[in-house]
Amino acid sequence: MLLIKGGRVVDPANNLDGVADVLVKRGKIEAVGPNLKSGEATVCDATGKIVAPGLIDMHAHLRQPGREDEETIRTGTRAALRGGFTTVCAMPNTEPCADTASVIQLVTALAAAEGAVSVLPIGAITKGREGKEIVEMGELVAAGAVAFSDDGTSVGAAEVMRRALEYSRMFDVPIIAHCEDGSLALGGTMHEGCSSTRMGLRGMPAAAEDVMVARDICLAELTGARLHVAHLSSAGSVELVRQAKRRGVRVTCEVTPHHLILSDCDLLFYDTNLKVNPPLRSARDRDALRDGLLDGTIDAIATDHAPHARHEKEVEFVDAPFGMIGLETALPLLVEHLVTTDVLSPTQLIEKLTTGPAAALGISAGTLSVGAVADITVIDPAVSVTIDVNAFESCSRNTPFDGVRVSAAVTDVIVDGAWLLKDGEIEG
Amino acid sequence: MTELSSKDLLGIEDLSKGEIELILSTAESFAEVATRTIKKVPTLRGRTVVNLFLEPSTRTRTSFELACKRLSADVINISGPSSSAVKGESLKDTAKTIEAMHPDVVVVRHSAAGSARMLADLMAASIVNAGDGSHEHPTQALLDAFTIKKHLGCVAGLHVGIVGDIAHSRVARSNIAALTKLGAEVTVIGPPTLMPACIEDLGVRVSYDFDRAIGDLDVIYLLRIQLERQGRALFPSLREYSSLFGLNVRRLSLAKESAIVMHPGPMNRGVEISGEVADMDRAVITDQVANGIATRMAVLYLLVGGGETESAADQGR
Repeated sequence: MLLIKGGRVVDPANNLDGVADVLVKRGKIEAVGPNLKSGEATVCDATGKIVAPGLIDMHAHLRQPGREDEETIRTGTRAALRGGFTTVCAMPNTEPCADTASVIQLVTALAAAEGAVSVLPIGAITKGREGKEIVEMGELVAAGAVAFSDDGTSVGAAEVMRRALEYSRMFDVPIIAHCEDGSLALGGTMHEGCSSTRMGLRGMPAAAEDVMVARDICLAELTGARLHVAHLSSAGSVELVRQAKRRGVRVTCEVTPHHLILSDCDLLFYDTNLKVNPPLRSARDRDALRDGLLDGTIDAIATDHAPHARHEKEVEFVDAPFGMIGLETALPLLVEHLVTTDVLSPTQLIEKLTTGPAAALGISAGTLSVGAVADITVIDPAVSVTIDVNAFESCSRNTPFDGVRVSAAVTDVIVDGAWLLKDGEIEG
Repeated sequence: MTELSSKDLLGIEDLSKGEIELILSTAESFAEVATRTIKKVPTLRGRTVVNLFLEPSTRTRTSFELACKRLSADVINISGPSSSAVKGESLKDTAKTIEAMHPDVVVVRHSAAGSARMLADLMAASIVNAGDGSHEHPTQALLDAFTIKKHLGCVAGLHVGIVGDIAHSRVARSNIAALTKLGAEVTVIGPPTLMPACIEDLGVRVSYDFDRAIGDLDVIYLLRIQLERQGRALFPSLREYSSLFGLNVRRLSLAKESAIVMHPGPMNRGVEISGEVADMDRAVITDQVANGIATRMAVLYLLVGGGETESAADQGR
C-alpha cells in the first residue's frame, strides 16, 4: 500500500482540485479523500505539490526498432517516467515501420520487458507508410495498436485516406493525421513568414497544413470515422477544427509544448534543434493555439518527442532532420509558460495531459477514480531547476531548452501502483 | 566609430549604420591602392586568409583573393561542393580542420543559409560571409553602396529599385538591409511568385509593374534570373519574364536621365538586361567589380588589421 499524503489533488475527470490524500492498494486507486489513515502504507509526502493522474503522451517517437542509437523503448520510457508520463503512444515510423502485427508485437513485447511506463503502439495507416495500400488494421488492433498514423507525412491520395477512415470504423480506433500538403511544403525548412524571408530559408506556408486539415475533416465527415489531427500549429487549423466540432464531426486534435511556447522568431540563429515539422509558426498562430486549448477545440498536449542523433543535427539548417525531444521537459515548460503566467489553470493543463488524450484515444487511463489503475504523477510547482541535457534519460539531446531555468519539476511517479520515480530519481 | 563590434561579418542585418559607414569610408582609402603601380600595402602581412568556397564562384572568390593579396595576407583557396554527402565530410569537420591551421580569416561561400553563422560559432577565426544560400551576401551590398555613393554622391534619400528574383536572392536581402539602414528608399520589383513572404516587413515597397515604378528610381538594380527557376512554376517563360521585367532601351527611356543601372553579375544578356543597356555608360557594372576589391580590403582590414596605428592605406607609401 502507498499513501500519497497532503498534496493538492488535481483530477479533472472527477472535477477535483483540493488538498487530499490518495491511497493505492494492489495497483489500484483505493481511496481519495482528506486525512486518510496510513496504517501500514508507505507514505509519499506531497505537501505543497500537485498530485495528478499519470500523464499520457499520445505522440512520441521511441525509434525502436531501427534507430536504437537515437532512442529505445527502455530509454524512451525512462525519459517518459522522468517527465511524469505513465502512458506513451509509440509512433510507427520505425525501421521497419509498424505496418504489420509482428512489429506491433515486438514493440509490445519490448515494452513489457524493458518499459518503465505503459507503451501503446500506433500502427501505420498504409503499408510502408507509402500512402498506397491500407494496413491489416484488424490484425494490428488485435496485436495492440490503439490508433493508426502515417505520421511524418500525410496520406497524399484522398481516396486512400477515405478508405482508411472508413475501414477504421470497424475497430473504433482513431486515425491520427499528420496534415501537410507535400507540394506546398516541398523543400521548406521552417514556417513561411517574416523570419523565413529574413533568414533566406524556403518556407512551409501555414496553408500547407490548413488545406490538409480541411480535406481530412471533410473525409471524416464523409465517413463518420474518428479523426485525430496531430500537432496542430496554425491559427487556420485551429479554426477548421473548431468549426468541425461545432458541426458534430468526430474530430479531436493535439498541440505540442513547443508550438505553445515558441515561435518562428526564435529561429533567427539557425538552431537546428528548433527545426521541427510542423514548423514553429508566428506569434499569432501560437496565441490561436492557446485560445484553442482554452475553448476546448484542442483536446490534448502531446510532445512529438523526436530523438535525433547529434551528428545529424550538427549540420547546415537545411540538411538537419525535423524534430526535438520533449518527454523530460514538457511538463516543467508547460507549468512555467502557461500555468505560472495564468494562461491555463493547473486543472486545465492536467486535463490536456490526461483526460483529453485518453478520450481522443478511447482508453480508460488518466484518472484518479477509485478502482482505476494507479498511475499517478506528483509535481512540485515551486522549485527552481535548470534543464540539463546531460542528465536526461533519453539517448538523444536534441532540445533547444538546455540550460533554461524552469520553476517546476516532476518529483514522484507511480506506475501501475509501483513507486518508480522517487524524489526525481528512478528506482532501479 | 573606428572598429566593428563583431569578430565576423555574417550579414548586413547585424551591422549598425555607423559600422556600414565605417566600412565604406575605409574602402575609400583602399580604392586608391588599385591606381598605384605597386598595388600592395603591408597591412595584413603575416596574416592567413582561407577562401572556403563550397559553391561555384569565380568573381567573388577572385575579388577576395585580390583583396587579400593587395593587403599582403597569405591566402589559400579551398573549393568544392557544399554537400557533405558529395564531399564526404561534414561542415563541422571542415571547420575544425581549417581551424587547426590557425587562419585569421575564413571567407566562406556555401549553398546553405546560416552556414556562415555555423562556422562563426565553431571557429575562433573571423568569418566573412561571401554568400550563404538565399540569406546574405554582405560584401556585395557594401560594394554596391560604395558604388552608388561614388556615382550619385550619397545613398540617403535615393530611391533604389531591385528587380527580379527577390525570393531566392541573398544579394537582394543584403542590399535591402544596407540601403534602408543608409536611408535610401527601396522598391522591390518582380512577379509575386518571386517575392518572399512578408517582404514589406523589411521596410521596402513592392511593385509588380516595372514600367510604372521605373520613373521614380535613381538606381535600377537588376538581379540575375536563375534559369532553372522556370521549371518550378515561378514564371511561365523567360520570354515573358524578359518582356515584363527585362531592362531594355525602351524601358530605360522611362527612367530619369540620371538613373544608373547595376547588376551583381554574371548577367544573362537578353533576359534581365538587354545587350545595349549592359554596354551603356550608365550601367556601372564593371565599376561594381572594381569597387568590390576595395570594399573587401576594408572589411578584412577592419576585422583583423586592428592594432595598426597608421592609417591603413598610408603604410605602403
